[in-house]
Amino acid sequence: MKELFYFLVYPGLLFAAVAGGLLSWFDRKITAWVQFRKGPPLLQPFYDFLKLLLVKETILPAKGSVILYLSAPVLSLFGATTACVLILLPVLNIQTGFSGDILVIFYLLNIPPLCYILGAMASGNPLASVGASREIKLILSYELTFILVLAAIILKADMKINLHEIITAQSENAFIGSISGVLLFIVSIFCVQAKLGLIPFDIAEAETEINHGSFIEYSGSAYAMIVLTKYIMLLTLPAFIGVLLLGGFNTSGVGIVYSILKILGVVLLLTLIRNTNPRVKIKQAMRFFFIWMNLLAIIAIVLIVFGF
Amino acid sequence: MGIKTHSFKKSLWLFHFGGASCNNCDIEILDCLTPRYDVERFGMKLVGSIRHADVLLVNGSINKKDKPRLEEIYNQAPKPIVVVAIGACGCTGGIFAEGNTFAGPVDKIIPVDVYIPGCPPKPEAILAGIVKLLNK
Repeated sequence: MKELFYFLVYPGLLFAAVAGGLLSWFDRKITAWVQFRKGPPLLQPFYDFLKLLLVKETILPAKGSVILYLSAPVLSLFGATTACVLILLPVLNIQTGFSGDILVIFYLLNIPPLCYILGAMASGNPLASVGASREIKLILSYELTFILVLAAIILKADMKINLHEIITAQSENAFIGSISGVLLFIVSIFCVQAKLGLIPFDIAEAETEINHGSFIEYSGSAYAMIVLTKYIMLLTLPAFIGVLLLGGFNTSGVGIVYSILKILGVVLLLTLIRNTNPRVKIKQAMRFFFIWMNLLAIIAIVLIVFGF
Repeated sequence: MGIKTHSFKKSLWLFHFGGASCNNCDIEILDCLTPRYDVERFGMKLVGSIRHADVLLVNGSINKKDKPRLEEIYNQAPKPIVVVAIGACGCTGGIFAEGNTFAGPVDKIIPVDVYIPGCPPKPEAILAGIVKLLNK
């Protein structure tokens, strides 16, 4: 019963959806300010979601696997919500009861992109399959980097593979206060950028090039699920960076303000990167992650071994 | 006003269909999306796929080649969808109305909700038309 509350209300689906929607508004508002516009109203992400969920018709593909097409958004929503719950529970000082949850979170964070691929392949649209193949290549390139970051953080926290212990290891000084921490922060920001599909790495979605790529066939409530997954991921991944590198979140008294500022700071960084860069080709993205980001992560690991 | 109509009116996603246009209306539509006019204030944004669209913007004269494509786009759109005919060519046919390849105007092919005349209409006129639609 308690687990159901955790999953559905706080810090699960409802909380993550509302907080993620507000973060999405923040992202769009900052984008508008960067371009000297006024930007959308505060409740815009919720209007978008409700319109897609309640008003619009859902069109099913005539030639394609309908069951897979409809279950992919729901599964991606489950993956994102479970990852969010497992990340936020240790932050709230609630023991999740098993060791090694950092690896489980790593796999859960992979579920939404994999579901996008499945849904795109099931829709039977040629542009969607182009988007899906690009998404596969993007996953192949950033996953190695991301697991190197996790390995470095586990090494830095004296081989602790529990998120709660990693947070307590940073209780005096956060990991970002060292040279290796700064390197890891840079690498993980770019990984998150690729995971969220924001602009230098929105190759799979490429609105102006392949018309939303993987999501081209989705409409109505199925697309609403995908939009909700994107909101939740926009909360989950900055929170994950905050837990791993910025010393976790304090949820008592004035600490809440600092916690919100940490998340907003990470999202602000992501938004500024997205507004000042053009879309790269898939070849360039793979080269960027395989060579440069892996190099930075390995340098960080070597620095950690020597104690910096 | 129920939550359904409210959220629909607050978040209109636009899809742009250009017929055999002289490109002036296309440029004026793009003007609406620029920082000076900024339709994202009203929650509108341009989408690339008709499956996500709530508003179908049609401009330019519709000739015999365009007609089946316009019908196809309209049938592919998830309902409810609002069709906006922009410019003199979209509303009536304009100077092309007597031409022998002309197959329009738009309202003979698909039902149209809003007409925005002008050759080309100013961005202010397009915004005024959309606002009238929202207040309807």
